Formats: sequence, structure tokens, C-alpha cells
Amino acid sequence: MDLLLGAVVLGVLLGCFYAAVSVGLSVSFGLLDVPHVAHPAFLVLASYGVYQLNESYDIDPLLAGLAITPLFFLFGLLAYRVYYETFERRGSDAAVRGIAFFFGIAFIIEVLIILQFGVDQRSVSATYIGKSWRFGEFRIPIRQLVAFAVALALTVLLAVYLSKTFMGRAIRAVAQDEEALRLMGANPVRIKQFAFGIATAVLGIAGALLIIVAPVEPTLDRAYIGRTFCVVVMAGLGSISGTLIAAIILGVAESIVLTLFGASWAPAISFAMLLGVLAVRPQGLLGR
Amino acid sequence: MKRRTFLGGAMAVAVVGHGSSALAQQPPIKIGMSMPQTGGLAGGGKASLLGIEIWRDDINAKGGLLGRKVELVVYDDKSSASETPAIYAKLVDVDKVDLLFAPYATVPTAPIMPFVKQRGLLLMGNFSFQVNSKVGHDMWFNNAPWGPADSWAASFLDLAQKAGGKNMALLTADQEFAQNLALTARDVARKRNIPIVFDQVYPPNTVEFSSIIRALKAAKPDIVYVASYPPDSAGILRAVNEIGIGDSVKIFGGGMVGLQFAAVMSNLGSLLNGVVNYNTWLPEKSMYFDGTKEFFDKYTKRAVEAKVDPLGYYLAPFGYAMGQMIEAAVGATKSLDQKGIAKYLRENEHKTIVGPIAFSADGERKETATLQAQFRGVKDKDIEQFRSSGKQVILFPDKLKTGELITPFEAGRN
Repeated sequence: MDLLLGAVVLGVLLGCFYAAVSVGLSVSFGLLDVPHVAHPAFLVLASYGVYQLNESYDIDPLLAGLAITPLFFLFGLLAYRVYYETFERRGSDAAVRGIAFFFGIAFIIEVLIILQFGVDQRSVSATYIGKSWRFGEFRIPIRQLVAFAVALALTVLLAVYLSKTFMGRAIRAVAQDEEALRLMGANPVRIKQFAFGIATAVLGIAGALLIIVAPVEPTLDRAYIGRTFCVVVMAGLGSISGTLIAAIILGVAESIVLTLFGASWAPAISFAMLLGVLAVRPQGLLGR
Repeated sequence: MKRRTFLGGAMAVAVVGHGSSALAQQPPIKIGMSMPQTGGLAGGGKASLLGIEIWRDDINAKGGLLGRKVELVVYDDKSSASETPAIYAKLVDVDKVDLLFAPYATVPTAPIMPFVKQRGLLLMGNFSFQVNSKVGHDMWFNNAPWGPADSWAASFLDLAQKAGGKNMALLTADQEFAQNLALTARDVARKRNIPIVFDQVYPPNTVEFSSIIRALKAAKPDIVYVASYPPDSAGILRAVNEIGIGDSVKIFGGGMVGLQFAAVMSNLGSLLNGVVNYNTWLPEKSMYFDGTKEFFDKYTKRAVEAKVDPLGYYLAPFGYAMGQMIEAAVGATKSLDQKGIAKYLRENEHKTIVGPIAFSADGERKETATLQAQFRGVKDKDIEQFRSSGKQVILFPDKLKTGELITPFEAGRN
């Protein structure tokens, strides 16, 4: 019973971390319909940015993540503009060709990281990494609690931004009916570009959480492609609260399997759950 | 000067001059290999390649092999097993290399074994484990110090049993190298009547090990044998530090890849203390042979520029040793005949910078020289500390031993 309870608690923490690394994709892929397979590569790039600031100036990883957020916002604006001019503007098969574009970007990012940092693993130091809180016999890694709290705050803030602010509503509107928005005098491309910037900026913080939770290496993005897309699709495309719920379900399921049923079954869990959700509810957990 | 002396001298100069220009014009001896330059094995691949390159530069400075320069033909296999068969076919059929070195590690090497056997080619193995056990190629020679298949697990379990360990937990990565290690560990444990109370195989890409370590701790093992790959080793040790492993554990470690690499060691720092893990070369007194110090002097200078492991203990000197063995065999047989070279390698003991090497019939070391060493007194964020002796005390083999095991594991962590 203790093992099961522990697995659930650690699973919730892990799930919130999964939500943080997926929530940007929920905007770019879920709302904007951009096949952003370079999302995990952007995430790893952000981790290296955090690593550099932590290593060179001893800045706390979370503060470093916050510091690079504006840069990532600009990077997102630029990436979407290139994608739009090159693919989206030109026709209906933009999504298919766009996948190749983003794969290319992911590959370039990997190579640039290797050239700059080499191929070795990198990690950051902070007072909360490597320690745990004790509750009797039960111990929780503090880095996971930090990741949980920040991920929860990030997801809630993004959900509030998209539902309560003028620009947030515009982003939702452009996702629902681009033409209608155009008829109302708005420029859907600029709104989408701004939204893509937001989705990329979020990765500054998510990248910090990634390197807080575990060391990173240049090709780590490949490990996250499946998980992040699984969370976003299972959540229901574009649903931020759905992303949080789906990620927690995935985290808890993985943790229980790892603890009680054998680690080798864990990778199958995400895809089994995805297939199960799509079979019962094709629009995802909170999709419309 | 008499006219005859002058003519003789002139002719001699002409002959020597002609001869050396003929040698210089001879095509180079090409040694082909794939090496992980990107992907999960790249850290090791780059360090290994630098070791081989230092040998190439040394041999060329001495005039080359058989009076011909040595040239390396290297491709990046991206740490992928699917890349190597095509690369080795190209090396042999298109690049027409004279000799083959294997890529670093088990996973990229395993798929080329049938190819080299079918073509009857000599392959100098580079730190793979048991890739020839089923293929049975008689021209395979592994530079790694592993020795007989079960010696790795046996040496760890010897230490564990002496420390009072009576049951074992096994945590292994789901990939070929770790699974081969786990197989031998299970086998040795069965022969010694050591019950296995926890046996988990975790998949690659496991993000978080806290849950697994909790389950392992609940099994209350005495001996914890871990066979992991670099990204996982760090995650496992972090989780052990945070979740705890229990007072019952006498010894922890064994087959964790990554704890030999400077970046990982520096990242983990004091979390390494107490861990008993395999290694290949360490800066302990017993590990210096002819040329070892000179090699590391050169490596240390070049590693910074090449952005590779600044310590380079694990693989680089063995890459150099691989070249030394070829140098000895080609020198002795005075040819590039691969069967002749293989015969020489099999029948002789070879002096290298990592000690004497002799091969058994399967191409692995006759006698294991795999070290089991315990991390002691390691501080955080200090890579230079690993250059001095005493940070990794050698417990096995006896002839290289530099200290005794501190047990239980928790006591070793202080």
C-alpha cells in the first residue's frame, strides 16, 4: 500500500513536469495546427541556455530559465515567420512539408549544440537538487517538488492568459475560425506568430525544469517527441487544462508501472493510453 | 678525395635519395572504422578516436608502418546499430582500407560481426562486450580488458560476498550491453546460490528513477548490481541519494557506464562516493606501464582542443593500445596479410600502455583486467581531483589492488 501511495505521489509530480514540457506544444500544434516536431529540440536548446547561465554566472536555473524567456519569444516569432512564408502561405499540403521543415530545424539545433557544448551530458547545480523531504519513511526529491510547483503555475498562468486576456482570446479565435477573424479586421498571421512566440517563450521555463529534473545531452529531444505529442493529443488539441490532466494521468500510470509491474512496460503505457483515449473519445479528454 | 670515393659517395646519396622518395610515394596504409561522433555514445567515441589518432601521429613520426604512412578513414555511425553495416561495407569495397577497427561499444559493433566473418577480415574490437560469443569469428580481437564473460559479475560478487552479501537486486538497461551483463550476473548468482530478490529491466528514455529505486529499496537487498548506460547512471545515483537505498546494502554498482566519463563524474560529484564500479584505467600507482604517462601528457593537451573528455581514462589509452598491437603484429609479420596478423595477435603477449595483453581463442582477453574500484572522498564540481590517486581505489584484480572495500554502502558514502 505504501508503495502504491508513493508511486501515485511521485507520478503526480512527474505528470506536472510532463505538462510543463508539453504545454507549449499544446498551443503551437493544438491551437495553431503547426506540426512543430522541433518542439522538444527547442526545449533542449533552452536547457543548454540555462546550463550556460548557471555554469558561467552561477544563476539559479529557474531564474536563468526566466531570463532566456524573452529570447525564446523572439526566436518563436522568427521561426513561425519563416515557416509561414515558406510553407503555410503556399498551400494546403503545408503541414506535410512543414514536418520536414521542423525536423530540419531540430537537426540543426542538435548539431549546433554539439558544436558548442560537445556531446557530454550537462547538468546544473542548485540547493534543491539532490536533496529530499522526508515524511517518515517516505522521501520526495525536492527537485521534483520544485518542478511540480513551477509546472503547475506555468500551466495555470497560460490557461488564464488564453481565456481571460484580449490577446489570449484572439489566439483561441484564430484557432477556431481564421477567416471570421480576418473579416473582423484582425490579422490572423500576426496573431498566430505572436501565439507561436508565446508557445516558444514558455520553453524557457520548461527547459529549466528539464535540466533540473535530469542531466541533458544534445539528442535528448528524441526521447520527448513521443511523450509530448502523446500528452497533447490525449488532452484534446489546444486544451491547456486537458494537457495538465493528461500529463498527470500519464505520469501516475508510468510511475505505478515502474514501481509495481516492471520498468520494461513503462514506454508502452503512454501509447496504450493514447490509443485507449482515441478509441473511446477521439477528440481527446477535454477536446471539443 | 679520390675520384672512386667521390663517385661511390655520390651513387650512395643518389640511391638513398631515390629510395626515400620511393617510400614517400608509397600509398598510405588505410585503417577504416566507424565511430560514434553524435548520439548517446559520442562522448566515448570521440575520446577513443583521439587515442587512436595520437597513435597514428606517433607511428607516422616514427616513419609509419612498413615505411608507409598510416591514414585513418573514419565515419560517424551516430551511435546507431543500423548505420554500421553499410559503413563497413563501404570501407571495405569503396575505400579499400587495409585494416579495420571496430566502433566504440557493443551496440554498433554487433551488426558488423557476421559481415567481417563472412569476408574473412581481421577486426580489432573496441570495447564491446560478448559480440563474438555467438558469431565465433577467429580474426576478432577485443582491446577491452573484460576477459572471460562471467569475470565481470564474478569479481563484483566476490567483493559482495566477502562483505557479507547474501541476496542480490539487479537493475539493468534494456539494451544489448547491459542485458549481456545481466545474463552473466544471473548465471553467476545461480551458481553461487545467491537469490535475486529484485530484477528489473528499465527501458531507454526512462526520465525518472525515483519510483524504481523505491521498489528496489522495498526488496531489502544486500547486493545491488546495476548495468546502466550514461544518461541513466546519473539519474539512478541521483534517485539513490534522494530516496535512499536502505541500510541493508553492502555494495552498490558494478556495471554503470558513464561513471568513467569526466563530465558525468564532475556532474555527480559527491553522489559517487561509496559506489563500487567497473573501470579500465585509473591514475593509481599500479596502472602505469611503459608509455602510459607520455600518452596522457599528449592526450591532456589535445583533449581541450578536440572538446572531448578531459580525463580520457576509460577509452583513450585502449584506442592507443589497439594501434600498438597492430604496430607489433605488422612489424613482426612484415606484411598486411590479415591472417598472418591475426595469428601473431593470437599467439603472442603484447606490451601496451595499458599493460600486457594476451588473447584467448574467442578474441577476448585471456585474463580479466577489468577493475572494480570504489569512489572515495569525492567533492562536488572539481574535475581535477580525479587526476590524483585515492579517489577511485582499486579493489580488484588483486595484482592491481590499491585498497579494501568500505562497506556497507552507506558507510562508504561519507
